[in-house]
Amino acid sequence: MAHGPQPGFKRWLYTTNHKDIGSMYLWFSFAMFLLGGCMALVIRAELFEPGLQIVQPEFFNQMTTMHGLIMVFGAVMPAFVGLANWMIPMMIGAPDMALPRMNNWSFWILPFAFAMLVSTLFMEGGAPNFGWTFYAPLSTEYAPPSVTFFIFSIHIMGASSIMGAINIIATILNMRAPGMTLMKMPLFVWTWLITAYLLIAVMPVLAGVVTMMLMDIHFGTSFFSAAGGGDPVLFQHVFWFFGHPEVYIMILPAFGIVSAIIPTFARKPLFGYSSMVYATASIAFLSFIVWAHHMFTVGMPIAGELFFMYATMLIAVPTGVKVFNWVTTMFRGAMSFETPMLFSIAFVILFTIGGFSGLMLAIAPADFQYHDTYFVVAHFHYVLVPGAIFSITAGVYYWLPKWTGNMYNESMGKVHFWLAFIGLNVTFFPMHFVGLAGMPRRIPDYALQFADFNQIASVGAFLFGAAQIVFLFNVIRTVQGGSKASDEVWDNPEGLEWTVPSPAPYHTFSTPPAVR
Amino acid sequence: MLRGFNRLFALPGTTVFAHSALAEEQGVERWGVNMTQGVTEVAQTTYNLHMLIFWICVVIGVVVFGVMFYSMWRHRKSKGYKAAQFHESTAVELAWTIVPTIILILMAIPATKTLYDIYDTQEADLDIMITGYQWKWKYDYLGSEVSFFSNLSTPRTQIDNQQPKSANYLLEVDEPLVVPVGKKIRFLITANDVIHAWWVPELAVKKDAIPGFINESWTRIDEPGLYRGQCAELCGKDHGFMPIVVKAVPQAEYDSWLGERAESTAKMKALTEKTFTFDELFAQGEKVYNRACAACHQPNGQGVPGVFPAIAGSKVAMGPLDAHLSMVIHGSPNNPAMQAFGPQLSEVDLAAVITYQRNAFGNDMGDTVQPIDILNFKNKQ
Repeated sequence: MAHGPQPGFKRWLYTTNHKDIGSMYLWFSFAMFLLGGCMALVIRAELFEPGLQIVQPEFFNQMTTMHGLIMVFGAVMPAFVGLANWMIPMMIGAPDMALPRMNNWSFWILPFAFAMLVSTLFMEGGAPNFGWTFYAPLSTEYAPPSVTFFIFSIHIMGASSIMGAINIIATILNMRAPGMTLMKMPLFVWTWLITAYLLIAVMPVLAGVVTMMLMDIHFGTSFFSAAGGGDPVLFQHVFWFFGHPEVYIMILPAFGIVSAIIPTFARKPLFGYSSMVYATASIAFLSFIVWAHHMFTVGMPIAGELFFMYATMLIAVPTGVKVFNWVTTMFRGAMSFETPMLFSIAFVILFTIGGFSGLMLAIAPADFQYHDTYFVVAHFHYVLVPGAIFSITAGVYYWLPKWTGNMYNESMGKVHFWLAFIGLNVTFFPMHFVGLAGMPRRIPDYALQFADFNQIASVGAFLFGAAQIVFLFNVIRTVQGGSKASDEVWDNPEGLEWTVPSPAPYHTFSTPPAVR
Repeated sequence: MLRGFNRLFALPGTTVFAHSALAEEQGVERWGVNMTQGVTEVAQTTYNLHMLIFWICVVIGVVVFGVMFYSMWRHRKSKGYKAAQFHESTAVELAWTIVPTIILILMAIPATKTLYDIYDTQEADLDIMITGYQWKWKYDYLGSEVSFFSNLSTPRTQIDNQQPKSANYLLEVDEPLVVPVGKKIRFLITANDVIHAWWVPELAVKKDAIPGFINESWTRIDEPGLYRGQCAELCGKDHGFMPIVVKAVPQAEYDSWLGERAESTAKMKALTEKTFTFDELFAQGEKVYNRACAACHQPNGQGVPGVFPAIAGSKVAMGPLDAHLSMVIHGSPNNPAMQAFGPQLSEVDLAAVITYQRNAFGNDMGDTVQPIDILNFKNKQ
């Protein structure tokens, strides 16, 4: 027993094994992804036609809010932590995470945080209905009573993220195998190291802002109430000081995953490794000085508008470097198109399209027309769905044979890819159009001229939802069995994780490997 | 494209895309894919800026994706292509850092110019104060007596799909903001409760309305016409139901409208002295209720459990008159969502709606409140 897992459910409850905890994070995030997805489908079903058909505006607002919160904090972030748990120790030649008990704790508080958040749907007055950005005073003086539960669940999620980040930094800085210098680390490790610093920097800010809300609601302070001498715009500054780095928290690890997959299937080393590292660090730095581009219409002085406009435009430079590097890696490679590669290529194309609309949004005077329309909804779904979700999916297909020892079903993987790819574009591309034509976001009903594209988007959303069922089915089948994977799995991939057997044994690298 | 698809699935008298067909019949422009060029110089400049950046992005996209698709086509393992092994070039990295920076600087120049234009609110011919309320707009013509609320006028039956939707579904109001053409109009924008945003795409004006702040914006409309917009910041339940309509008219027409509006305000004040019958008050009260109260307390007076209290059987509506007057006129001391309607409604409308609430939905107080009672109550405070 000393070297194996406990039997039964105790294995999962008591585990300090990075692989078990990684798996739990991934399954949890997939469950949240389906739940948040169902909420998105309620939204799209209501928006299928003008008029109110399925839900009333109160409930519609709860759906948009919960969809955003669950996808950001429940689906994307835990999925990346799950991948980090599984892969970082194996990529740097470490036996486990540096702080295994804290690792267990940071996972196990998450289900409670989300149980509390989801339970608000059944409370009197309903769930939070003020948008995932929860602008005061709508989220303070005007909020439903359940807002207090929302605040506490945000606190718990924040604690979980901070502990996860500390663990990742401690692991990477202390537990690399001899010879694994920083500039030899795989990019996934690099991007996660930088992401972990971002998390430690901004999650306390989020905790601070929700605590200020708590004080305003229950203890008579007026941080955000103009009537009491406070400032509603302060909320937005503090929120977006968290919120913008948060956006990069959800995309930097994706850059790492794609930078591992593209070289493998192009059979050519990653182009410009060190420039990738520097570009990631630049993006992380810039993420701290661009927050108010979410607030161009609040009435900042022109000097502020100009500063945030220029700084935001600057992000295009390191992001461009990354895209150019990926494309150059593919150039004159010997490419094959297995499922992880398909998702990675779609990532590069669609994330770049999201980057273009991001550049358009950076232009403050044009943003006055785009702000709070479906153009923004299209933009951030183009960076998050093909960005975060597609890269996570690509990562799962890429490493699943290593985790389970079995190959997934390639045809089913391709069906999943094409359904998801078509569904995503049918859903989100028309949103650019209705946004430019003047449809505000977060409305349960809309004027007649927006009807056609909304109908198309709703059809696409259900297609995208169906694609995820294929994914779930494929993963379960692979966990249960299938053709055996070799230790290398792919054609001469780079990285220490491919030097251990498939499936990876419960404990890997109990003695450090030799790093060339 | 979809019209053929439509026909394919057409059933007698209906189509799959029923609402789209309806939109077509009513002359609503369908399949709009781009930003409006608007009716002001700023809107046109903004549109040009938008198109400039769009085309720059398209060109970059064509080049980048072109290279990518070329390699995906030519450099495949299945075609026996052998991978090259190059993986570094400082010169190339420098080039694709510097060139985009130059492009960005070129983009920033016109953007900065436009921003300075938009921020120049000096020397306006006319000042209008815009106040966002849950879920309506108030317009004050500064320097005149004229001040009114602008509410959604689309009937509830259209929203609930009991009646066909009209051409300007959700984009129509009871009283538009009337402004003169060719004049520089300064908007002073604020809010009474939560944050709203006042947006009219054809004017390219979007500014947040924030309680405790007064934001400034301006426009000069070239062509007479009706320009429609919506609230652009989530402001609660009926965020999607507080449209904006701007009616731009020639100066002479504007002057006479302003005169008439001031006169009718004076007339309304005179009515405060008049005594109305119960039936008059009840009928007027129903109208006011549906405009000002029904969004929260619901058209049937049942409210929304846990969020908005019911009027039917309510302790306030079935209780002492003074408490009821205070609740409606000053708002609730405990719940900011119950606004102070004293400054929002005329004495006549207040008297009517309170009479209605005390006698509708099965409430049977049987009393009548006259406008003069309201005035006396207000003066007593």
